[in-house]
Amino acid sequence: MLQQAQYGFHGGIHPPENKTQSLQLPLGQPPLADRLILPLGQHIGQASQPLVQIGEHVLKGQPIASNNGFVSSYLHAPTSGTIVEISEHQVPHPSGLPEVCIVLQPDHQDQWIERQPLVDWQTLSATQIIQHLSSMGIVGMGGAGFPTQVKLAGSEKHTIQELIINAAECEPYITADDMLMREKTDALIQGIQVLQHLAKPEKTLIGIEDNKPTAIERLQDSIKRLGANIQLIVVPTKYPSGGEKQLIQLLTGKEVPSGGLPVDIGIICQNVGTCVAVYDAVHLGQPLISRITTLTGNAISAAQNVEVPLGTPVSHLLQYADFDATELERLVIGGPMMGFTIADTSVPVIKTTNCILAATKKELPQPAPEQACIRCGMCEQACPAGLLPQQLLWFSKSQEHDKAEHHNLFDCIECGACSYVCPSSIPLVQYYRHSKSTIREAREAAVKADHAKVRFEARKARIEAEAAEKEAKRQANRAKAAASTTKAAAPATKPAPEKAAATSASDAQTILKKLKVELALTSTKLNKAQKNLQAAQESGDSDTVATLQGQIAELEQQKQAVQQQLESTHVESTHVDNATNVATPQTNKPAINASTSVTSAEVKKAKVALAIASTSLKKVQKQLAETPDDEALKEKETAQIQAIADAEKALQDAQQAETKLDAADGASPAKKPAISDALKKAKVDLAIATTHLKKAHEKLAADPDNEELKARVTSREEKLAAAKQALEQAQTQDQTHEKTQEATKEATNTAPVNTDALKQAKIDLAMAKAANKKVEKAIEKAKELDLPELAGLEQQHQAGLARIQTLEQSLQDMNQGKTQTAPAAKKVQVDNPQKQLKIDHALAKAALNKVKREIENRRKDGASEAELNTQGLLDKLAQCEDKLAATERQMAASETE
Amino acid sequence: MTAVLLAIGTLLIFALIFGGILGYASIRFHVEGDPIVDQIDALLPQTQCGQCGHPGCRPYAEAIANGEEINRCPPGGQATIQALADLLDVEALPLDSDGAEEQPKRVAIIREDECIGCTKCIQACPVDAILGAAKQMHTVIADECTGCDLCVDPCPVDCIDMEEIAVTSKTWGWELPTGVAANIIATDKTPKVEAY
Repeated sequence: MLQQAQYGFHGGIHPPENKTQSLQLPLGQPPLADRLILPLGQHIGQASQPLVQIGEHVLKGQPIASNNGFVSSYLHAPTSGTIVEISEHQVPHPSGLPEVCIVLQPDHQDQWIERQPLVDWQTLSATQIIQHLSSMGIVGMGGAGFPTQVKLAGSEKHTIQELIINAAECEPYITADDMLMREKTDALIQGIQVLQHLAKPEKTLIGIEDNKPTAIERLQDSIKRLGANIQLIVVPTKYPSGGEKQLIQLLTGKEVPSGGLPVDIGIICQNVGTCVAVYDAVHLGQPLISRITTLTGNAISAAQNVEVPLGTPVSHLLQYADFDATELERLVIGGPMMGFTIADTSVPVIKTTNCILAATKKELPQPAPEQACIRCGMCEQACPAGLLPQQLLWFSKSQEHDKAEHHNLFDCIECGACSYVCPSSIPLVQYYRHSKSTIREAREAAVKADHAKVRFEARKARIEAEAAEKEAKRQANRAKAAASTTKAAAPATKPAPEKAAATSASDAQTILKKLKVELALTSTKLNKAQKNLQAAQESGDSDTVATLQGQIAELEQQKQAVQQQLESTHVESTHVDNATNVATPQTNKPAINASTSVTSAEVKKAKVALAIASTSLKKVQKQLAETPDDEALKEKETAQIQAIADAEKALQDAQQAETKLDAADGASPAKKPAISDALKKAKVDLAIATTHLKKAHEKLAADPDNEELKARVTSREEKLAAAKQALEQAQTQDQTHEKTQEATKEATNTAPVNTDALKQAKIDLAMAKAANKKVEKAIEKAKELDLPELAGLEQQHQAGLARIQTLEQSLQDMNQGKTQTAPAAKKVQVDNPQKQLKIDHALAKAALNKVKREIENRRKDGASEAELNTQGLLDKLAQCEDKLAATERQMAASETE
Repeated sequence: MTAVLLAIGTLLIFALIFGGILGYASIRFHVEGDPIVDQIDALLPQTQCGQCGHPGCRPYAEAIANGEEINRCPPGGQATIQALADLLDVEALPLDSDGAEEQPKRVAIIREDECIGCTKCIQACPVDAILGAAKQMHTVIADECTGCDLCVDPCPVDCIDMEEIAVTSKTWGWELPTGVAANIIATDKTPKVEAY
C-alpha cells in the first residue's frame, strides 16, 4: 500500500526543516480569548455579508455572515456570545490595511446551535452535499482559502480521474497538518470518503512527505481499518512539494497547463485540513469555526500546535505559548518561505492561518542588501515552475510587464525558492509580486475603460436618437402647420356676405401697409443712391456719376408712383373704413380710432418732413460755411429755412388736429401723448436753436469783425430764449397734466407714473444743467471777445441757475413721493437716437410677428374672420404694421442725416 | 548574346508571373488591419473627461492619428503616454495638460442632503453614472464613475466632491523593491549570517 512517488518536478530546495520544535508538545487547547475578531473576507473572492447586528446574542456555530456572490463563503460564530462591534480592524494581510470584521464577545457558555449532520450523506446527491458544505463555510485550508464548494462544483462538469489529498506540508517550521493527521486520522479518512462520494474519482491519492513517519503510520492504519479505497504515496522531502501543481506532478506526472486549473486535467486537490472540515460538516454538522495552528519560533518557549477558535487574536496565543517579546525579530504569519510579516499582534487567526512564527534575530535575520545579478543561473535551477526567474527580474525591474507576462509570470507560485538560492540576495519574489499586482491593476483598469467606453457610446447613441426624434417631430409639426394654413386660406377666400365689408377693409389696410413699406424701402434706396452719387462726385468718377444719376431718377419715379398709389389707397381705405362704420354703427369708436391713427400718421409725416428739411438746411449751411460768398447757396438756405417753417407749421397743424381728435375721443390718457409731443417738439426746437447759436458763436470766433454774423448770433440767441420759454411752458403744461392724471389714477398705478415723472424731472434737470454749462461757456467766450451781449448771457445764466434750483426742488419732492410708493425698476435709457430707432423697429417687427402668429393660431383653431375682427386682432395687426412702416421711415430719415 | 537575351527574357517572364500572383494574393487575401484610431482608442483610459481638449477619448484618438501630441491625457498618465509612444513609434514626452496633473484615481461623491435635484450633473456625466430625477436626490454609482469630474462644475450648490479611491487590501499591491542602487557599498554592512 505504501508507495513511493514515481515522478518528480523541476528544481526545488532543501531548507532547514525546523519542524521538531513544535511537535514536542501535544495539541494544545488555549483558553478562550476575551474578544474574537472575525474578518468578513477570510477567503479568496467577495467578502461575506453580515447577518447579525451589534448587540445580538449568537450561539456557537450560528451563521453570522452569508456568502456574497459565487466565490464567497459563510462565516459562523466560533462560540456563543454577543456581537459587540462590526467595524474595521487589522487583519492578517501583507498590506497591513484594515478590513471590516465582526467582533464577538464570548459568554463562556460555549452553547451550540442545533447541529444538523448529514447522516445519510451517501444517499444524497453531490449538489445537496456541496450546498451543505457551502453553508458550513468550508474553504481550502492550505493557504489560499479558495471556497471548497466552488472547487467541488467544477468536478460536476469534468470527469475526475484523481482526487489528490495534499498532506505534504513542505514549508519549514509548520507542523499543523502533521499534528492534524496524527490527532484526527479517522476524521480525515472519513472526510476523504465524503469527497470521494462527491467527486467520484478513479483513484484517490494522499501525497505525504517522508519526514512525517508518525502520520504515515497512523494513516496506513486508519485506511486499513476503515477499508477506504485510498493510496498513500510518500514523496521525498523537498520544498515546495506541497505546492498544488508540484504535488500533482509528483503523484501523477501530469502538468497543469499554464493559466489552467487542476480540474482541467481531471484532478482535484484538497488539503488535509479541508478534509477534516468536510468530515466535521457532514458527519457532525459542525461548521468551520476552529483550526489547528502551529505556534513556533525561538521567541516562543512552549512551541506547539494549538486548536483555536477562529478570530482568536495572535497576541492571546503568543501569551499562551510563553512568548518573549524581547527576543522577537519578526512575527510571521505562515512559514518562513511564503509567509508575511505582521506588525500588529492584535490580528486574529483566520481560516487560512496555519502557522504563527515568532522568529528571533538568529532564525530570520534581516535579508542581506540586494546586490547586482551576476547571472549565475541558480534561480533557474531552483524554480519548481520551470520559469526563467532572471528574465522575469529584468522585465519587472524595467517595468516591461507585458514581456514578463509573455515569460509566464503568472505561473510563478511565489514559493521563494529563487530568492532562497540567490547569491546576490535579490528579493526576486517581491519583484514578481509587484509586477503581478501592476498587471492586475492594468487589467482591471482596461476592463473598466472598456465598460466606460460602452456606456459612453450608449449614451451618445441615445442622445443622438433623441435629437433625431425631436427633429422628426419638429418637421412633422411644420408640415402639419403648412397644411392647416392652406386649409384655413381656402375658406378665407369665400367670405360670407355680411363679412364682406370687414374683409375688404382689412384687405385695403393690408395693401396700404404694403405700399407704405414699399415707399419706405424705395426712399431708403434713393437715399443710398444719393449718398453714393455724392461720393462719386467728390471722387470725380464721371461714369459712376452718370449711372447713379440714372438710378436716382428711376428711383424717384418709382417713389412718386408708390406715393401716388399710397394716397389713392389711403382715400379708398378711409372710404372703406367709413363704410364699415356705417355698416356697424354701434362700434363707433374704431372709426375715431382709425381717424386718429390717420392724423397721427400725418403728424409723423410732418415731423419727418421737418427733419428732412432741417437736415438739408444744415447741409446747405455747411456748404455755405465752406464757400461764404456763394449767393446761390445763401438763397438755398433761405429757401430751406422757409421750408422748415412750413414743415413746422404743418406739424403744428397736424398736432392740433390730433389733439382735437383726442379730445373728441374723450379719454383723458390720450391727452398726455399730445402734450408730451408738444414738449418734445419744444425740446427739439431748443436743441436746434442751441446748435445754431453754437455754430454762430464758432463762426463769430473765427471772424470776429463780421457784423452780419454778430447780428445772426443775436437773433439765434433770441430764438434760443424763445425756445426755452416754449419748453418751460410745455413742461409746466405737462406737469400740470401729469398731476391731474396722477390724481385720477389709483394708488396702485401711481408708482410707474411717478417713476416716469421722476425720470422726466431728472432728464429736465440734467438738460437744464447742460444748457447752463453751455451758457457759461458762451459767457467765457464772450468775455474773451469782449462782446456786448455779455450782460444778456449772464442774465440767462442766472435764469438757468434758478431753473436748476426749482428743478432740483421738484425732483426732491418727487423722490420723497417715490419712497412712499413702491420702487419701480429702472429702465436703461437709450440716448443714441439711431439705436433707439433700431430698437423701436425691432420691437415693432416683433409685435407684428406676434400678432400674425396669433391670428394664424386662431385661424388654425377654426376662428372665423369676424371673430378675429371682433377680437381686435386685425386692428392690432394693422396698427403693428403701421408702426413698423413708421419706424422704417424714421430710420430712413435718420440715415439721411 | 542569345544566351544573355534568353536569360533576361526568362527572368522577365518569371517576374511577370510572380508579380501577377503576388498582386492577386494581395487583393484576394487582403487582411483588414485594425485601424490605428481603434488601437489608440483602446489605450486611452476612457474617462471621457475632456482634459485633452477633445470631447471624449475617441476624438482625441482621432486627433492623435492626425498628428496631435500624445501627452495630453492626465488620467492616463505616463503609462498611457508610454503605451502610445510604443504603438506609434514616437518619443514618449512628459505629460503636458495645461496644469492638470496626473492624479490618483478618484470617484465623485454627492453630498446627498445638499442635493437639490437639478439634474445638471446627470446631463454632464459622460458615462451615465449618476442616478436621479428632477427634484429628487441624485447619487453616483461609484463602480461606473470614471472620476472625470465633469459633474463638479455644473452643480449649482457645489455638493459634489471628488474623493480619492482608498486602497483596500483587495486593491493593494506590492511595492517594487528599492534595488541595488540604494546600497551600493552594502558589503560593509552585510550582517553575518549564522548557521541555524
